[in-house]
Amino acid sequence: MKLSIVPLLVASILLGIVSLVVSADDIATLRNATAIDTQKEPEAIPKVNNDDVRRSRAYPMQPPLIPHKIDNYQVDLNANKCMSCHSRDRIEESQAPMVSVTHYMDRDGNFLAEISPRRYFCNQCHVVQHDAKELVSNQFVDMYQLMNQKQQESGNQPAESSD
Amino acid sequence: MKNTIKRIWHTLRRPSVHYSLGTLVIGGFVAGIIFWGGFNTALEVTNTEAFCTGCHEMRDNVFEELKTTIHYTNRSGVRATCPDCHVPHDWTDKIARKMQASKEVWGKIFGTINTREKFLAKRRELAEHEWARLKANDSLECRNCHNFEYMDYTAQSGRAAQQHSTNLASGEKTCIDCHKGIAHELPDMSGIEGW
Ligand code: HEC
Ligand code: HEC
Ligand code: HEC
Ligand code: HEC
Ligand code: HEC
Repeated sequence: MKLSIVPLLVASILLGIVSLVVSADDIATLRNATAIDTQKEPEAIPKVNNDDVRRSRAYPMQPPLIPHKIDNYQVDLNANKCMSCHSRDRIEESQAPMVSVTHYMDRDGNFLAEISPRRYFCNQCHVVQHDAKELVSNQFVDMYQLMNQKQQESGNQPAESSD
Repeated sequence: MKNTIKRIWHTLRRPSVHYSLGTLVIGGFVAGIIFWGGFNTALEVTNTEAFCTGCHEMRDNVFEELKTTIHYTNRSGVRATCPDCHVPHDWTDKIARKMQASKEVWGKIFGTINTREKFLAKRRELAEHEWARLKANDSLECRNCHNFEYMDYTAQSGRAAQQHSTNLASGEKTCIDCHKGIAHELPDMSGIEGW
């Protein structure tokens, strides 16, 4: 059997060209263009936003961002600190928003008495925000903006930003 | 046996032949100071974090967990040590707590709490003792450092100010009602009020 070396050579040359074109400086990383043999000066650790102001959601199904710090909040087999404020029967005292009803549903849509096991570990979906500059700028476009654009293009009145 | 006791009793009751009253009074006074001082010094030694974490149970379990919390390192550099939260300042309360703690030391000597597993199995019970104590004394140990009178709501986070200005201010709740697990990992919380 004779393996041709030509395709391999072509492939590696192509790869080389690609890596030249996409120069390391264009990609934001934590090391950010620091030479491989030098140690980067570490960035200051940003603070967690703890201003208690609820953020708008980018789309209806988005898990809302956590507007408070959660340092040392225990969520394990023994205790769920989040539910000590966010559960149905705790919100009167804590004045926190209740976890929505989806959190009490199993995957077949049955309503459970307790938080559903698939929603137990809150931080799978909900995260805090840090007071930091983003490494990569966000180009997310809200759907209302898209709808407005469409409507302006077709010469109609712009849609309300909310209903 | 009975005779020995009788003889000692007689000696104690007989007026002193060899020593003057003055010597006896001053001697007794000095001995008293030494005993009392020694007792309190011993008490002080047992009242340090080094003593508390001298045995494995405390060092490998609760102390390890404390290290990740705000009471071990924080921006102001003020530390809370074990006795700050667990030993009352008041003398009678202190002695009472020490006697209780001796039981936990006993537990170590006789090997009832000599592994992480055994500690975890006991944890709910031990935690409940602490909650009951802090509930009964209105979280006195917390208040030794955190004085409600001097809390500035405007400097607190929204959630903190909201709770402190209502449920805490009215006296309805005390620190430990809302701040369980502030220094260590929690045991199984099922059935505990507020969880
Ligand atoms: C001491 C009570 C308390 C605890 C514990 C707590 N929260 Fe909250 N949470 C609140 C309150 C009150 C709000 C309302 C906004 C505010 O005041 O911060 C809130 C807001 C939120 C929101 C925003 C909801 C929205 O609609 O925008 C999310 C998400 C959230 N919390 C998740 C969590 C998670 C996850 C945990 C556990 C890691 C947790 N919370 C623990 C009290 C609490
Ligand atoms: C599988 C992902 C997931 C997990 C795990 C999860 N959530 Fe959510 N959460 C969501 C989504 C998605 C929404 C928004 C849509 C909805 O309400 O279902 C939401 C909404 C919320 C809201 C806002 C409810 C409202 O009506 O404004 C709160 C508060 C919340 N979650 C808290 C929690 C807490 C506390 C936990 C942990 C016990 C948790 N969530 C676990 C996905 C999750
Ligand atoms: C900031 C106050 C604080 C400090 C400091 C502290 N504790 Fe605790 N400790 C508590 C509270 C409150 C409890 C009750 C259980 C709970 O809420 O976690 C507790 C519970 C315990 C328990 C019972 C078992 C358990 O985990 O519930 C032991 C043992 C214990 N502490 C030992 C120590 C030792 C040893 C130290 C020093 C390394 C220490 N504690 C430092 C507040 C404190
Ligand atoms: C030796 C003094 C001392 C004792 C005793 C003490 N604390 Fe603290 N506590 C502190 C200090 C210091 C801080 C950190 C202050 C800072 O730098 O923000 C703190 C912070 C806190 C915080 C803030 C946590 C956070 O994440 O911001 C809470 C809540 C708290 N303590 C509750 C308690 C409770 C409950 C008790 C009683 C079981 C207690 N403390 C006993 C000194 C103490
Ligand atoms: C009714 C419930 C409640 C009571 C009682 C209570 N607290 Fe709090 N405390 C909270 C909540 C909620 C927060 C904010 C969430 C958090 O830090 O986990 C908080 C936060 C704190 C903080 C951090 C301050 C900040 O700006 O976030 C300290 C310090 C504190 N509590 C100390 C105490 C002390 C000391 C006592 C007793 C004199 C006490 N608390 C009693 C609910 C309570």
